[in-house]
Amino acid sequence: MYRYDDYDTALVVERVAQFRDQVARWQAGELTEDEFRPLRLQNGLYVQRQAPMLRIAVPYGMLSSAQLRSLAYVARRWDKGYGHFTTRHNLQFNWLKIEDCPDILAHLAQVNMHAIQTSGNCIRNITTDPFAGIAPDEVINPLPLAEILRQWSTFHPEFAFLPRKFKIAISGAREDRILGWFNDIGLRLAPGEEGEPCFSVIAGGGLGRTPVRGKLLKASLPWRHILTYLEAILRVFNLHGRRDNLYKARLKILVEALGLPEFTRQVEAEWQCLKDGPATITQEEYDRVAAHFHPPAYRKLPQENKENCRPQDQDREEFARWRARAVHAHKQPGYAAVTLSLKSPGQAPGDITAEQMEAVADLADRFGFGEARSSQEQNLILPDVERRSLFALWEAARAAGLATPNVGLLTDVVCCPGGELCDLANARSVPVANAIQARFADLDRLFDLGDLRLNISGCINACSHHHVGHIGILGVEKNNAEYYQITLGGRSGNAARTGEVIGPSFAAADIPDVLEQIIGVFVARRAPGETFLATFDRIGLAPFKERVYADHAHGTGRRRNQLETETPR
Amino acid sequence: MSTLIKNGVIVADPWTRLANPDAALPEGDLFVPLTVWHTRKAALLSHPARIGLWLETETLPEDLAGIAADLSRFAAIAIYIPRFVDGRGYSLARLLRERYRYTGELRAVGDVLHDQLFALWRVGFDAWALKEGKDAQKALQAFATFRNPYQADTTRPPLFRRRGSP
Ligand code: SF4
Repeated sequence: MYRYDDYDTALVVERVAQFRDQVARWQAGELTEDEFRPLRLQNGLYVQRQAPMLRIAVPYGMLSSAQLRSLAYVARRWDKGYGHFTTRHNLQFNWLKIEDCPDILAHLAQVNMHAIQTSGNCIRNITTDPFAGIAPDEVINPLPLAEILRQWSTFHPEFAFLPRKFKIAISGAREDRILGWFNDIGLRLAPGEEGEPCFSVIAGGGLGRTPVRGKLLKASLPWRHILTYLEAILRVFNLHGRRDNLYKARLKILVEALGLPEFTRQVEAEWQCLKDGPATITQEEYDRVAAHFHPPAYRKLPQENKENCRPQDQDREEFARWRARAVHAHKQPGYAAVTLSLKSPGQAPGDITAEQMEAVADLADRFGFGEARSSQEQNLILPDVERRSLFALWEAARAAGLATPNVGLLTDVVCCPGGELCDLANARSVPVANAIQARFADLDRLFDLGDLRLNISGCINACSHHHVGHIGILGVEKNNAEYYQITLGGRSGNAARTGEVIGPSFAAADIPDVLEQIIGVFVARRAPGETFLATFDRIGLAPFKERVYADHAHGTGRRRNQLETETPR
Repeated sequence: MSTLIKNGVIVADPWTRLANPDAALPEGDLFVPLTVWHTRKAALLSHPARIGLWLETETLPEDLAGIAADLSRFAAIAIYIPRFVDGRGYSLARLLRERYRYTGELRAVGDVLHDQLFALWRVGFDAWALKEGKDAQKALQAFATFRNPYQADTTRPPLFRRRGSP
């Protein structure tokens, strides 16, 4: 993990002082609400339905055990004892007082954590592959460049007030695990002709109200030029992006409006003036940052480094199940990456208690190098576990409620906080997620269904990326009631695309049954070994649609609009 | 006469702005919009006091390119920021300073507030007509917000080119 030097630390500390002063001036009436709002948003502070929410940055998803313990302390002392991981690596506290936020941020600054640019119309936290640096299919480790991008985007003076938020994702793996096609900018690293790291730059993607797949803006940009090239893109966006309509202000709209050739021409023209300027990255800087990551001191282990599970262990079967889903291949012989599921039944997806944060910190120290990652799927990952320790890790993770064997399965739901907390929501997403988890709780069945990604967003802002879920559920409002629209066939990855809407929306209470029917069609029609997505691609939307709308005309409402599960927490 | 933050201190502002493009030129230092500069250039060149250029936030990079050759004639350029969340002026400032090597006063006017001074300074502004009713004395503290930000600004290369050297 990147270790801060005095310059890095000073900036975080100075930011706390700046924010403390801003809060004080707001309290004294020297800043109006309208003046304070963009300032607090740029520091991750929202005023929500129930209480203010503070979004803590987890730069490119990397967390140290010390940071996790600090977060646990904040959760206990100032919140209700838990936090929520988002789909962009960050952690949200939902029950704070605004006046406590400067102290909270001062506490977090001791472990170099902050809330810088986790909201607002600026460059947001840069996201990356949770398996960055360790994935076997990685061709270039993106982490040093991710950190260089973090530094460059932090308080960039020219781009503090963009037309709209701006999201950048970076990866160096063959498989896209960063939604590269659906960010404002997706950066994919690969060796260029002479072997040096080069970027494919994808621009103008996004989900939300108008999902747009990004376009390839530049095929092979040498790494040294990435900052000047991004500045060119951002400058064109800053000067020409729409500021009259919130919903038409994202980069994707500008790229569509200008057309890719004209947008490319403007970016290139701008870049020709910035290229080779002071922001061109030097080899020394790259080396310095890479060295500050202190690469883990891996031991020399045999590839066949079997976990220490003995045949007589009664838990063997349960362990095998967990292992099949939660353990991932690693570049380093004898090591594995492990996902700790934050999707236990009845828990709001992505929620984590203070005790669990500490448990993860302990696991990271005991089984790794004191580091964890947060993933877009709202789980945590231990990146460097020796394979022979997997059984011991599993036992400890299970004791902390972090070993639900559902990673990548239907109940590993990606879900935003929705109507219970979020001001923008049309519908509650968490009870729907929990109802589905309850319905599909049977593990034999769950495993039989195989890889299945379900994403539930409480509104069209699509924080949970419902468009790219194999099954996507979107909360909508109809006649003042909460309804849910279903899409099928969306996917992330290299072939990322948005799903197809199945038809008219459903009442909340119908959703588990509708899911049951969709799954029923899949099970009936799948070829041996076929995944949901493969079946969908082969048979198309029609059979699902027929089944789901067979027994009732839409609008009659099947049942009361109530879910039969308890609301969590 | 209103006040101005300039070079880190509060000073009196001698400038006025030509509100009506067709009006007779008033005495004293005068800001004029781009269109007036183009249409009344001869009269402006013989104006006995200093001339400044008044730019709206919608100004396009092409407009700056079109006036690049004249920039040295302006003692000051004002960029009008209608709402502080409108960040176009930041890019215009960098273009003026870095691409067109404009060296005169670069002034932020309009919805100019304490909390934006630091970033405005870093992109090349050196004068601020703070929004009315705001505490200019207190706002001066904003210049000390961060000692060593990461990016280049108009006075310093990026931190990574300075790291290690005091
Ligand atoms: S998708 Fe909508 S409801 Fe859910 S967190 Fe985002 S804005 Fe809120």
